[in-house]
Amino acid sequence: MLWLGVFFLIPLLLMFAYSFRPDMRGDFFGVWQPTFEQYSNLASEGSYWRLLGISAITAFIISVVAVILSYPIAYFLAFHGKQHAAFYLILLLVPFWTSYLLRVMAWKIMLGTEGVINSFLIYTNIIQEPLTALLYNRNAVILTLIYVWVPFATLPILAALQRIDISLFEAAADLGARPLRQFFRITLPLSLPGVFAAFFMVFIPTIGEYVTPLLVGGSRGSLYGNIIQDFFTKAANWPFGSAMSMVMLAGTLILVAVATRLINLRDLLE
Amino acid sequence: MTTFRNSFLLRGYYFGLIALLYLPIAVLLLFSINASTSLSFPLRGLTFDWYEKLFTSDALIRSARNSLVVALGSSLAATLLGTMVGLLMMRYQFRSKGLLVAMAVLPLIVPYIVLAVSLFLLFTVLKIDRSLLTVGIAHTVIALPYVLLIVGSRLAGFDAHIEEAAMDLGADYPTTLRRIVIPMIAPAMVSAWLTAFTVSFDEFALALFLAGTHPTFPVYLYGQLRFANRLPIMIALAVLMMIGTLALVLIAERVRRSEN
Repeated sequence: MLWLGVFFLIPLLLMFAYSFRPDMRGDFFGVWQPTFEQYSNLASEGSYWRLLGISAITAFIISVVAVILSYPIAYFLAFHGKQHAAFYLILLLVPFWTSYLLRVMAWKIMLGTEGVINSFLIYTNIIQEPLTALLYNRNAVILTLIYVWVPFATLPILAALQRIDISLFEAAADLGARPLRQFFRITLPLSLPGVFAAFFMVFIPTIGEYVTPLLVGGSRGSLYGNIIQDFFTKAANWPFGSAMSMVMLAGTLILVAVATRLINLRDLLE
Repeated sequence: MTTFRNSFLLRGYYFGLIALLYLPIAVLLLFSINASTSLSFPLRGLTFDWYEKLFTSDALIRSARNSLVVALGSSLAATLLGTMVGLLMMRYQFRSKGLLVAMAVLPLIVPYIVLAVSLFLLFTVLKIDRSLLTVGIAHTVIALPYVLLIVGSRLAGFDAHIEEAAMDLGADYPTTLRRIVIPMIAPAMVSAWLTAFTVSFDEFALALFLAGTHPTFPVYLYGQLRFANRLPIMIALAVLMMIGTLALVLIAERVRRSEN
C-alpha cells in the first residue's frame, strides 16, 4: 500500500500541484505562488477543448464499432460454439495477447504509401497510383484501435450472455415467441450490462491513447494524449501539460463513476 | 431451419473476423522471411537473414536484457505486493478497506499518459535519474491490479474455515500462511506473476517516458522504426517476440485453468 501511495498517489498529487505553477523556473521545493493561470489559459484556448472533444468522439466511435463487431462473436461463442467454444475463444484471444505495440506496428506497415496494401493493389493491377489516404490520419487510428479492441470487447458480452438462463428461451418459445422476438425481448436486454461493460472497457483506455496516434496517426491523427506528451517533451511546458493531464484524469474518473452506476462492478471482476 | 441458417451465418462471421484479426500478424510473418528490405509486393524470395542479423546487434541484445530485468523485477514485486493486499482484503475487516481496494484497482483506470507524465514529474522533482529502476517501479504499479484480481479471486474461492481450523489446531499465523494459504493460492500466484511479466515486457507508453538512456525492448523497437532498411530485422524481432509472449500467456492460462 505504501508502494501505491508513494508511486501512484503522490505523483498524481504532485502533478496536481504542478498544474498550479506559473512557469518552470526555480526549484519545485522553493517558494512559488499558486496560480490558476494554466487552467485559465487552457480554458480560453479553444483548440485544446476541440481536440479533447475529437478524442472523445474518436474513442466513442471506436468503442461502439468494437462492441457492434464483437456482439455476434460473443453470441456465436455463447450459443453456437458447442464443444469447441473454448478453442474458438482462445483463437480469438491470441491476437489480443500478442504485443500491443507490434499489432499497431503491423498496421503501420500495412497502410503505408509503399506499404503492403498499396503495393499489393498495384502489383495485382487493381490501382495504378498508391492510395495516400490510408496512413497518417484519424481513420487509420480508428481502424487500428478497433482491430486492437475487438477481441477484448467480446469478453464482457460473452460473460453476460452465458449468465442468461436457457429455460427463459424455452418458456418464450412455449409462449409462441419467434427467435427474432426472443432475441429482442430476452437476449439483448439481459446482455446489456455486458455491452455497457465492453463499451467502457474500450472507451476508457482509448481516450487516453497516445501511442497509436503517434505511430499511424501522424500530425493529422493526433489525439489529446499526444498534446500532453508534447508539452512534456518538445514544448517543455510541464505546468500546462499537468493542467491538461488533470482535465483528462477528472474526465476519466467521472466516466468511471457513471460506468459503475450503469453496471455492477462485481459482475465485471468475475 | 432459421436457427440452422443463423448458426451458419454466425460461424461464417466468426471465421471471417478471425481471418481479419490474423491478417496483420500473417503479414509480419511473411515479410520477416522475404528477401527484400522494402515491405511491399511482389515478394522477392525466401530468406532467414533477418533472423540471423538479429543476434549480431549489440544494442538490441542490450535492450532485450533491459526488458528482461525490468519484467522480472517488477513482476516479482507486483506479485508479492498484490498477494499481500489480496490477503488483507479477503481476511480482515477494517475501516479503510473500500478505499484500499479502490486504490489498488485505480491504476487500471487512470490513462497511461497521465500516469507516465506524473511519474516523470515525480522522478524529476526528486532528482532521480530515469533508469530501468524507474521503469520497473511504473510497471509494478500497473501490474498490481492484475495480480490482485487473479490472486484475490482465488482467495475468495477457497473456504476461510480451513485457515481457521489450522489456527484452532495451534498453528500461528505465519505457519498457517506457509503451510495452508500459500500452497493453496500458489497456482494463482504463478499465473499472476506470468501475467505481470508479460504486462511489463510489452509495455511501451510508460517506458517511453521513464526509460531515459536505457531503452527497454519496445522502446528500442520504436526507435528503430525510423530506419527503413532495418525494418525487416525489426519485423523478424516482432515475430520472435510475439511467439515468446504468446507462449508465456498460454502457460499462464493453462496454470490458471488447471486450478479450477
